[in-house]
Amino acid sequence: MRSILTAPALLGLTATTLLTAPALAQTGPQLSGELKIVSDMSNPAPRAVMEGLARQFDEMHPDLEVELEIVDREAWKTQIRNTLSANPPDVVNWYAANRMMPYVNAGLFEDVSDVWEDIEGLDAVKGALTIDGKQWGVPYTYYQWGIYYREDIFEELGLEEPETWEQELANCQAILDSGRKCYTIGTKFLWTAGGWFDYLNMRTNGFPFHMQLAQGEIPWTDDRVRQTFANWRELIDMGAYIDDHQNYSWQEALPFMVNGEATAYLMGNFAVAPLRDGGLTDEQLDFYQFPAINPDVELGEDAPTDTFHIPAGAQNKEAAREFLKFVTSAEVQTAINAGDALGQLPVNAMSSVDADEFLEQGFEMLSNNATGGVAQFFDRDFPAEMAALAMEGLQEFMVFPDNLEDILQRLEQARERIYAAN
Amino acid sequence: MTTPAPVVPDTHPPVSDTRSWYRRNEIRVTPWLFLAPGLLFFAVYVIFPIFQSFNISLYRWDGLGEATYIGLDNYRELATDRAFETSFWNNIRWLVLYLLAIPLGLGIALFLNQTVTGIRLYKSLFFFPFVISQVVVGLVFSWFYLPQVGLLNVVLGWFGTSLNILGDPDLATYGIIAAGLWPQTAYCMILYLTGLNAVDPEQVEAARLDGAKGWRMLWYVIIPQLKPATFIAFVVTIIGALRSFDLISIMTNGGPFGSTRVLSFYMFEKALAEFGFRMGYGAAIAVVLFLIMLVFIAYFLWSMYRDEKVAR
Repeated sequence: MRSILTAPALLGLTATTLLTAPALAQTGPQLSGELKIVSDMSNPAPRAVMEGLARQFDEMHPDLEVELEIVDREAWKTQIRNTLSANPPDVVNWYAANRMMPYVNAGLFEDVSDVWEDIEGLDAVKGALTIDGKQWGVPYTYYQWGIYYREDIFEELGLEEPETWEQELANCQAILDSGRKCYTIGTKFLWTAGGWFDYLNMRTNGFPFHMQLAQGEIPWTDDRVRQTFANWRELIDMGAYIDDHQNYSWQEALPFMVNGEATAYLMGNFAVAPLRDGGLTDEQLDFYQFPAINPDVELGEDAPTDTFHIPAGAQNKEAAREFLKFVTSAEVQTAINAGDALGQLPVNAMSSVDADEFLEQGFEMLSNNATGGVAQFFDRDFPAEMAALAMEGLQEFMVFPDNLEDILQRLEQARERIYAAN
Repeated sequence: MTTPAPVVPDTHPPVSDTRSWYRRNEIRVTPWLFLAPGLLFFAVYVIFPIFQSFNISLYRWDGLGEATYIGLDNYRELATDRAFETSFWNNIRWLVLYLLAIPLGLGIALFLNQTVTGIRLYKSLFFFPFVISQVVVGLVFSWFYLPQVGLLNVVLGWFGTSLNILGDPDLATYGIIAAGLWPQTAYCMILYLTGLNAVDPEQVEAARLDGAKGWRMLWYVIIPQLKPATFIAFVVTIIGALRSFDLISIMTNGGPFGSTRVLSFYMFEKALAEFGFRMGYGAAIAVVLFLIMLVFIAYFLWSMYRDEKVAR
């Protein structure tokens, strides 16, 4: 795999870039003791990044001993509860927005608003880390969502990147006529359908409406929500999606695009690496922003943010705070989000984006053309229970669109119960 | 004490026992001492959690903060929860259809119970699916069922049809049960093979002299003698049906749209999975599952008790 091969190179890179920025080490206070970090960056490339970060921080502070434990990313989603309440380390990984709510409410995350006063360039992502007017962690990376498509097939059919819904539908019809499917998707694990709903709802009703729905202020049976599903149904009825998508995971849906049986994939930027591994070159692969549907609403985007937090029960909070500042600084952000490291977008506005076709387009889109607002993602914006039920309904809708009324009634019932309980 | 003492001196030691309390009660106490570790662990890890689950099911609790007592609200919610209803009926489907493993296993055992060169090899080949892990069985079957490229659909394609078993909410559960039956049948087969070794040849001979053969021989002579094997096969099959978690998790992850969940999977989703952490609700599901199991546990205990009494 590409990421494994480049990992040693990356370590060297982070080491040099970080060592040439010793200013941080000198301005910070004298840190001592032990800093325990538990990280969920368990995939090969992120793991190398995290290990590099820990080593650097350790070298910058001679009296401080950094102890890093890396746990499996999926396992961490359930392990974090025990870790936070039983034997809290000093720094942990997690996700922004609603996903951190249970731990903030339970008093397990430290209020780090003071750290935010010391770091510059994070204003764009501040909202996602804010609950009750306080910040509960810092972001370290995020990535854009959008439509990744086969540039060569578009050229073959004489199509252009669509900007409106009509163009999108016309493109799709042309693709279908050529014997291909418009979109690949694998909904076995449900969340991919959540991405489609996020975009269709944000384009139909706008970002503020989408957030109100997430916060339970709008009934699922609202006519505006129905309009979103009506738009979605246009695609479903055309046969735009690959068949049997309920059987596949998102990875299992990739070959359809690599083989040219489907033309596009609404996905996060993490899909680029496997698509390249699958043999697609940058000439064959391109990216466009999800087209506008309702011209009256501003474009909102999904850009999930991954974060660092300090558990409330941490032992060495002083060192932990310094670590958060270190991770979010412009230099470190540039280094760890580079194309050969995490391959994502830096959260600090003063860092630079690596020269990569998709990162540049994503950064450009999020900086200039996401005026509506930036959402985290369906399963991070909606409360966990609502998200789980709703995504199941979305999958059902994609397979049996006629069940919509029943699905909406069910979700509305769930909404009344779930938000009342909180 | 007016009668004169006998002339013969009493040379016996006094009756009062000088042995320690343990020595005196050794026979009665020792079994309990041997049982003690088992009983202790059984109480702490089985009995106590059962009551704990009952207790937790009366609370609303996310596993982190304070638990709020809500009485029977969780059960009231269960009564209106369609996902729960689906899971419940799927559990019943599993329990009923999984029993097919018993006649299937008996059939294969009878078929293999002959002396042919290399029969041991055939037997082990038939037993093979039980040895491999449930996860692997699940993976193999989900490839077998794959739309378009799966073996099943290649074969169906010759007849001009196709079937997306795991993607169809009406068929998916049956597809998973079929996958589960594969190793379970092998298990029942091995139980019956050992049972058949114990069948009394003289009875078979006598039955043959009386003119019994074929089905009548099987039904009136062989099967009654296989009763112990049938009982064990029944027990392990029921347990197997209730342990369907891994297959479901691998093959459909409960989907499509929750149509293949069983109670144990639903409980896991509600209480312990990524979007869950409703401990009270999960515990309420666990209690219902426990009550279903209790029917079988009671039956097993009762029939074992009955056998013990006969044995005495």
